[in-house]
Amino acid sequence: MIPELGHFSLILALILAFVQGVVPLVGASRNRLALMSVGRTAAQGQFLFIAFSFGCLTWSFINSDFSLQLAASNSHSATPLIYRITGVWGNHEGSLLLWSMSLALWTVAVTVFSRNLPEIFMARVLGVLGLVSSGFLLFLLVTSNPFDRILPGAPEGRDLNPLLQDPGMIIHPPLLYMGYVGFSVAFAFAIAALLSGRMDAAWARWSRPWTTVAWVFLTAGIAIGSGWAYYELGWGGWWFWDPVENASFMPWLLGTALMHSLAVTEKRGAFRSWTVLLAIGAFSLSLMGTFLVRSGVLTSVHAFATDPARGLFVLALLVVVIGVSLTLFAWRAPTLAGGGSFGLVSREASLLGNNVLLSVACGSVLLGTLYPLFIDALNLGKISVGPPYFETVFVPLMTPVIVLMMIGPFVRWKGDDGNRVLRKVVPGLVASVVLGIGGAFAIGHVTWRTALGLSLAAWVLIGSVQILWQRLADRQGAGTGSRLRGIPAAWWGMWFAHLGIGVFIIGVALVGSLNSQIQVKMLSGDTAQLAGYTFTFRGVADAPGPNYAAARATIDVSRGGVKFATLTPEKRFYEAQGMPMTEASIDIGPLRDVYVNLGDQLEDGAWVVGLFYRPFISWIWVGCTLMALGGIFAAADRRYRRLAEREAPAGAARQAA
Amino acid sequence: MKPRSKRLMLLGGAVALLIGAVALVLTAFQENLVFFHTPTEVAEGKAPSGRTFRIGGLVEPGSIKRAADGLTVQFAITDTAKVIPVTYKGSLPDLFSEGKGAVVQGKMGPDGQFTASEVLAKHDENYMPPEAQHAVDQAQKTAKTVKQ
Repeated sequence: MIPELGHFSLILALILAFVQGVVPLVGASRNRLALMSVGRTAAQGQFLFIAFSFGCLTWSFINSDFSLQLAASNSHSATPLIYRITGVWGNHEGSLLLWSMSLALWTVAVTVFSRNLPEIFMARVLGVLGLVSSGFLLFLLVTSNPFDRILPGAPEGRDLNPLLQDPGMIIHPPLLYMGYVGFSVAFAFAIAALLSGRMDAAWARWSRPWTTVAWVFLTAGIAIGSGWAYYELGWGGWWFWDPVENASFMPWLLGTALMHSLAVTEKRGAFRSWTVLLAIGAFSLSLMGTFLVRSGVLTSVHAFATDPARGLFVLALLVVVIGVSLTLFAWRAPTLAGGGSFGLVSREASLLGNNVLLSVACGSVLLGTLYPLFIDALNLGKISVGPPYFETVFVPLMTPVIVLMMIGPFVRWKGDDGNRVLRKVVPGLVASVVLGIGGAFAIGHVTWRTALGLSLAAWVLIGSVQILWQRLADRQGAGTGSRLRGIPAAWWGMWFAHLGIGVFIIGVALVGSLNSQIQVKMLSGDTAQLAGYTFTFRGVADAPGPNYAAARATIDVSRGGVKFATLTPEKRFYEAQGMPMTEASIDIGPLRDVYVNLGDQLEDGAWVVGLFYRPFISWIWVGCTLMALGGIFAAADRRYRRLAEREAPAGAARQAA
Repeated sequence: MKPRSKRLMLLGGAVALLIGAVALVLTAFQENLVFFHTPTEVAEGKAPSGRTFRIGGLVEPGSIKRAADGLTVQFAITDTAKVIPVTYKGSLPDLFSEGKGAVVQGKMGPDGQFTASEVLAKHDENYMPPEAQHAVDQAQKTAKTVKQ
């Protein structure tokens, strides 16, 4: 009964999504207020129905209703409650339902937080979101119904893939989806702007907080996914340039470009067409990510099942979205031309550099990800593109981005004196190159990559201090405290996010240069050495869990004769899926991680043990956290709210009329 | 400078940047393509020597052997028609086992021994790496044609 209610509720949501997609757009084109205002109600109703449907599915999972196909394939009565709940999105159908629910949530957020937008603009935004939602709900109901029953019901479920039975599963998919789907709001704003021909500073100011919040979710989602892969896959790596990682990284790169280009559009009215194109691109890449991950064309942890019909549907959806929006763009963009002119040395020019490079970087990831698929589809053989390609490309592309990142804030809008800017930045640049090379010698790893990485990190840190200093010096008179308080949140957002990049680079450079690992064969009492640490194997004991059997090793880690950690890696065997799993054990520290995993047992009773030393790896996640925090500050800036307050009376007057 | 020539310089700079970046991307791309071959193709000598490539197929039952150090693993990968011996040193994926699909990446030695730098297996009980599936399908298709 419950699944049928969920199914029915999903059908109602589709009908409402369709209403939301059509009626307000018709209303906007005929200028009928009554039709336009349907959008809000339809959006809120749609969210309620999807949430109810999601609740029904969750209820069936929690109560182990194995007459439901999805629960039977992805859950088990012995699975802990939390993984019965997360199992809802640990499969194709459920994760698409989560996708749709995120979209509905974003739409409701738009109806709540953007009450002050002109009614006609709001109607168009909601219409576009409604159409996107209709497409996805249709996809869900036609090809991937989560509420399919099996007759007779299965006596027991097949359990969730053990790789997914992890705390990361609770948070990674929802955050990532909120990020992916969040770009649909920026997209809807862009399409609404194209439809209305209105693309001014106000439009950019409305779009900015939405884009930034979506970017924050995506940043957090990617970072958590990377951390999860680091400890769960047991290889001690944090980024593999796996196509699925790339699928989330591409919208991130373009979304980053979009945030910066929106800033130019808001402040100076320039880059308008380009901003629209980026908004379309970021959302299209989010859709493409969904297609790549969900269609089963890729080999990855994320590819749950292969069903050509599903891939085809998402591909069709993708083609429609890109095709329609680019056609609209080609038709309307010429009317958007214009905007402030700017000089060679100007804030705009430096942001243009940022945009070009980020877009090329995104293109290079796209090439590396899609080319093998094309070659395969054309039956020209099978190839793959390995991490070396991405690493070779990313270093030279990102180096100028990071150098520009710290020059940009010194340069004035519209035009600046080149010599003035040089005088400001050259000392810092020279100092950071010296520091970088010196640092490489200091850590005893002299390669150009290490020196470059450390120089860039030094450049970001020095630049950050210098920018803050400059900002304080510009407002003379007041005390330091009040000057600090006088800086708007958006500025702090920029500052923290950029600083986060510096911290992130330190992590990447040092873990890349100094990491080490060995594999050893160990019997009880054996010791092994790595990077100055001594590992003592204390033997293996049984440690059964709720739905798995496990062998747990105890390994003491000491340094200089002092024991500081006991690590307990496990080798698990999940009975329902008949699947073995390696569970690494990590001693996390601010300056280094010590990471141990347990391999196979050999015939003589010894175990294969993997020992890993990962210096500064935490700095990668700390850097990402700073970036996300920066995004939150930027989105919370008072002027977005002030704008809302200022325009509120006008909106109220309109409604009264 | 006139605004017009300034604009041209800016545009020229952006285009030059773009061309440079694209050239870099394409060169790196060319150098880092990893081709895939089925065990049959490898046995026929169609695989490049001295270059990294991938082989996909099934792990030959009874072929997994550990060397005395306990860390180096030897096994054979097959598409049901031909068998290629593989040496690998490192940790194997959890779902790597005999009779199951796997993809190995590495180089062919002069002795016909493939030295793998990476071993990929499936990550789910009901899932087969597409490359491994492809190799087996190819071999079986060839076998059928030969029979006819």
